[in-house]
Amino acid sequence: MSPQAHRYDSVLGLIGDTPLVRLQRMSPKADVRIWAKLEGQNPSGSVKDRIAKAMIDAARADGSLRPGQTILEPTSGNTGVALALIGRIYGHPVRCVMPESVSAERRDLLKFYGAEVILSPGDLGTNGSVRMAEDLAAQDPSLYMPFQYGNSANPQAHYDTTGPEILRALPEVTHFVAGLGTGGTLTGAGRCLKEHKPEVRVIASVPHPGDLVQGLRSLEEGYIPPVLDESILDARMMVDSRTSFAVTKALMDNEGIFAGISSGAALRTAQRVAERLDGGDIAVVLADGGWKYLSTRLWERDYEELRGDETIEGKIWW
Amino acid sequence: MPVEVRIPSVLQKLTGGQRRLQYEGATVDELLDAIDGDYSGFRDQLVENGELRRFVNIFLNDEDVRFLQQLKTPLKDGDTIAILPALAGG
Repeated sequence: MSPQAHRYDSVLGLIGDTPLVRLQRMSPKADVRIWAKLEGQNPSGSVKDRIAKAMIDAARADGSLRPGQTILEPTSGNTGVALALIGRIYGHPVRCVMPESVSAERRDLLKFYGAEVILSPGDLGTNGSVRMAEDLAAQDPSLYMPFQYGNSANPQAHYDTTGPEILRALPEVTHFVAGLGTGGTLTGAGRCLKEHKPEVRVIASVPHPGDLVQGLRSLEEGYIPPVLDESILDARMMVDSRTSFAVTKALMDNEGIFAGISSGAALRTAQRVAERLDGGDIAVVLADGGWKYLSTRLWERDYEELRGDETIEGKIWW
Repeated sequence: MPVEVRIPSVLQKLTGGQRRLQYEGATVDELLDAIDGDYSGFRDQLVENGELRRFVNIFLNDEDVRFLQQLKTPLKDGDTIAILPALAGG
């Protein structure tokens, strides 16, 4: 049963209110239901539309972003694409600093949306992009940097939208699983869910960086985004690339859902949580669709075959 | 059967380039002590004033020990420990 067709004043009206879909065949336990929130349905194709719009609306409202001013942001891709979409609509040029190790589709998509791409060293990962963007912003005060890792509008967007949407669609929710990138989704939606239902458990899914980030000289060069409130988290689980790829493929095979690689990792984390439960309802955020990962051919090849491929090795999928 | 410890690249200079070590310990704390006995300075990279350093994550069978019993998290034969720096994405 579909509601009547809606109409919108701009494509930005399509942000949020994403569907929650039961994964009938992916739960390891009959009485544990796993529900996927399909963030790939947002207009630029990822969960990041929510925070991009919230950060830019807040900056325009308080005057820190002036009309026509250029936006600069470090990103591994999705936030840049989302900001580029907002920039198109509001009239701001967008410049993104991203690791050279991200997939070609992400760079292309940014260019198509009109953003300028500045590449940071791949071996430093997203941490390297953050440092380069901070340097660029310090040198050129005409740039406005939303800085998703430290901007309170990021978790606030999830507190205001993602969390309430899950409560409305799944009042019986017992667990919430999402990937940990900036920590905005987990912190914002997790806080909302716990305020309404203190018994809800919040679990972070993190990628194993594999042989990436060899450029770090010490562990002290690690980075914890200021917006991440670790007190909201009840567990943090790591998922290796092989498993992330396999579950992303299984999601297509079993449920007909074409999702990105971090979604495979988040779903694997949800499955691990489910294995320990007798019953429950797990909401898991699938951050984007599979389009930006087509070049991996993961849906038609085995991981073993993919591993030796230079388009796979050393790439950032998060 | 001891615990397998996966060493991040940034610490491999302390372990003579070894990526994986096999050690025994009843807890994470004891395991790190045992490694430090052979590779001096190893523990200090991970622990400060008796607590895990802020930018260090230690995963026991892929689960962050910070949300288990931290350094007191018990270990059993066949477990896998991975040490990783905190990383951002997005």
